[in-house]
Amino acid sequence: MFKVLRKKVLSDTGNDRVVLLDIEAPLVAKKHQPGHFIMLRIDEKGERIPLTIADTNLETGAVTIIAQEVGITSKQLGRLEAGDYILDFVGPLGQAAHYPEHKHVVCIGGGLGVAPLYPEVKHLHEIDSHVTTIIGARTKEILILEEEMRKHSHQFYVATDDGSYGTKGFVTTVLQQMIDDQQPVDLVIAIGPIPMMKAVANLTRQYNIKTLVSLNSLMVDGTGMCGACRVTVGGETKFTCIDGPEFDGHLVDFDEQMRRLNMYKDKEKSALALEGCGGVGRCH
Amino acid sequence: MSLNNQSKLGGRQPMSLLEDQLRISGFGEVALGYTEEQAIAEAKRCLQCKKPLCQQGCPVNIDIKDFIGLIAEGKFSEACEKIKEKNSLPAVCGRVCPQEEQCEIKCIVGIKGEAVAIGRLERFVADHVMSMEREKVDCAIQAGKKVAVVGSGPAGLACASELAKLCYDVTMYEAFHEPGGVLMYGIPQFRLPKEIVKEEVEFLRQIGVKIECNVIIGKTLTIDDLFAMGFEAVFLGTGAGLPYFLGIEGENLNGVYSANEFLTRVNLMRAYKFPEYRTPVHVGNRVAVVGAGNVAMDAARTAKRLGAEVHIIYRRSEEEMPARKEEIEHAKEEEIQFQTLSNPLRLIGDDKGYVTGIVCEKMELGEPDSSGRRRPQPIPNSEFTIDIDTLVVAVGQGPNPIVTQATPELQVNKWGNIIVDEQTGATSIPGVYAGGDVVTGAATVIKAMGAGKIAAVGIHDYLIAKE
Ligand SMILES: Cc1cc2nc3c(=O)[nH]c(=O)nc-3n(C[C@H](O)[C@H](O)[C@H](O)COP(=O)(O)OP(=O)(O)OC[C@H]3O[C@@H](n4cnc5c(N)ncnc54)[C@H](O)[C@@H]3O)c2cc1C
Ligand SMILES: Cc1cc2nc3c(=O)[nH]c(=O)nc-3n(C[C@H](O)[C@H](O)[C@H](O)COP(=O)(O)OP(=O)(O)OC[C@H]3O[C@@H](n4cnc5c(N)ncnc54)[C@H](O)[C@@H]3O)c2cc1C
Ligand code: SF4
Ligand code: FES
Repeated sequence: MFKVLRKKVLSDTGNDRVVLLDIEAPLVAKKHQPGHFIMLRIDEKGERIPLTIADTNLETGAVTIIAQEVGITSKQLGRLEAGDYILDFVGPLGQAAHYPEHKHVVCIGGGLGVAPLYPEVKHLHEIDSHVTTIIGARTKEILILEEEMRKHSHQFYVATDDGSYGTKGFVTTVLQQMIDDQQPVDLVIAIGPIPMMKAVANLTRQYNIKTLVSLNSLMVDGTGMCGACRVTVGGETKFTCIDGPEFDGHLVDFDEQMRRLNMYKDKEKSALALEGCGGVGRCH
Repeated sequence: MSLNNQSKLGGRQPMSLLEDQLRISGFGEVALGYTEEQAIAEAKRCLQCKKPLCQQGCPVNIDIKDFIGLIAEGKFSEACEKIKEKNSLPAVCGRVCPQEEQCEIKCIVGIKGEAVAIGRLERFVADHVMSMEREKVDCAIQAGKKVAVVGSGPAGLACASELAKLCYDVTMYEAFHEPGGVLMYGIPQFRLPKEIVKEEVEFLRQIGVKIECNVIIGKTLTIDDLFAMGFEAVFLGTGAGLPYFLGIEGENLNGVYSANEFLTRVNLMRAYKFPEYRTPVHVGNRVAVVGAGNVAMDAARTAKRLGAEVHIIYRRSEEEMPARKEEIEHAKEEEIQFQTLSNPLRLIGDDKGYVTGIVCEKMELGEPDSSGRRRPQPIPNSEFTIDIDTLVVAVGQGPNPIVTQATPELQVNKWGNIIVDEQTGATSIPGVYAGGDVVTGAATVIKAMGAGKIAAVGIHDYLIAKE
């Protein structure tokens, strides 16, 4: 059993809630490096789901996770409060992100992708890269981690689809601007919804700028045992959990990933319907 | 010839099976086991040979003749003790061991009639004793030395139990949330009820083994960490968990599973109880399973129980199928269709990316190859398509790479299997031992257990010598 030490709602628009939880898991905290994720299962009947490690605290043994409430498990997670327990919490998993010496790294986070991006921004800042961060969202209200990101960035931009904050447009609008201004970019890290990562990769490919993306495939074990998380990279099949989750964005087959993510859409709806709004507390 | 002898050379006691209709509509255990009378009658068919050949066929060298003799006298608990001297998991092995090619194939009675049903007798005594109080291991002298066992499959379970009996302070680490390895996530409930595996794990706890789930060695803790924590030896029984795929076009379409994923969703995560249990599984009306080993039979029979029409697709003929005969028979009884001499070429999908068909070609058997099996060759222009909405690929697994990736000093062969000294289980790192599927590649429960026991002795000798 793993204890919830702290809970914070980062954004809440009625539909879309994003929660942050600190889970007591000292062994995981100790081994964490940027790029790692965990698998958790809330209770006996629960599904195992992967979430990125957003931060850790070695003194309290806390591992911070940030989850967007999209389906049954993430909604259940959102109902937990400090003092509650979850059944399983295992990690850290995945390949840690390794950065060769880079002068200027542009970190792009879209929507919830900002959460997994945060430990990487922090790390790059610590190792003295020049960090430019661009975060994007549909609208101002659902931006998360703005202050934290700003603190660890040399340049910082926001893009919103509706123009309610920062540049009106997509994160690629800002990136294109930087490229047009002839700012030398050595590496781009893009984490967010697949269409966003695909758009970033398509843009940087034209200028031959190395681009890393982080994939959020469906997973069962997270240890290379099931193959659920497979992805085609440069024509080869890779497993996101043990070969990734970060891959060269110019080589990833994004369309296949998108399709595989939607595999259980109907089933998930039926699970949510069964859960309904009656029985188990809060309903979104 | 007396009546008695005739029955010895004739047929064995049949084992009753779950009724057909009940079988495919649920996950209840199929083979129901012997009654006391049947067990005694079957045990009496044993000739009590002076030189029992059956024992030589057993990878862990059970005193088969002796335990059968005890059953014939109605001494069931004693019979169980006898088995447990060599094998701590008789309830599991009695159910899943390929006895027909190990002990039973060597049985003298089998030359003229049907071999003594050694496996069914093993299962009978284990089940009989299961409910009774288990013997406590008394550790007067606490050896006090800490040993870590990584992985809780048959190899890890056997190694941990031997070491605990030698009074070591054993901690077993398991990546998943439940101990048991393939016994828990792979082999389905209808062949090996999960309660039996849990019972065996409980026994380990009783004799003092600590079990830590949700810890991945190589990630959460490294082998160096284990030594730093005071463990003086480590056993690696991490299994062969990495699924192989066919490498054909369309394999990443939705609805295409590795057998590991399909079985893990259903067995460990209980997807057959979706949505009460939250893990979904996609099983359409027509399922194909590629491969013909035990894993393929399990996947096929599982899909059947989830309501599908099921086809097994295999390159060679039925004779070469690697699955246990009993499993093939059960699959046929359950109306699983066998497409033998058929080789998958590519998959076709719809515009949403779901698999809709598998294109195969017909094969014929040519000359025997180096493995002695006749090599299948394609028949030109023999392509045909089977309409399916789910495909399960069951063509083998490689060793799980997490530990070896995190421990570059650990020597592995070109397939990634850990290299060990066969006599002791020692790896290239002093104090680190390994056994089971991670060493041999996908094999059997009893072989993994045998390797776990050898390593336990190896570890014991190593720790004594170290003093
Ligand atoms: C390595 C990795 C790191 C991740 N990190 C985070 C994180 O830090 N925060 C976070 O909120 N999520 C993260 N995810 C995604 C997260 O795992 C899924 O959102 C979660 O599994 C959804 O579970 P659920 O039961 O709530 O929703 P479900 O009921 O399973 O699904 C609800 C809806 O979400 C869609 N969906 C399901 N899984 C995913 C997915 N993996 N990505 C996108 N859509 C999906 C489904 O198609 C469905 O429409 C990560 C995924 C991976 C692989
Ligand atoms: C579906 C199926 C059906 C089968 N049917 C039969 C049968 O009828 N008869 C038969 O004899 N054999 C059968 N087998 C084969 C048999 O189950 C295996 O040979 C046997 O389980 C191997 O045992 P093991 O202990 O080496 O590994 P496993 O049983 O694979 O156990 C390894 C364990 O280690 C854990 N692990 C892996 N990596 C780590 C890590 N880094 N840290 C911590 N834990 C880790 C895994 O989660 C797993 O629990 C079958 C196999 C399958 C998949
Ligand atoms: S070989 Fe057959 S008959 Fe002889 S002891 Fe073994 S089981 Fe009995
Ligand atoms: S999640 Fe199972 S192999 Fe990656």
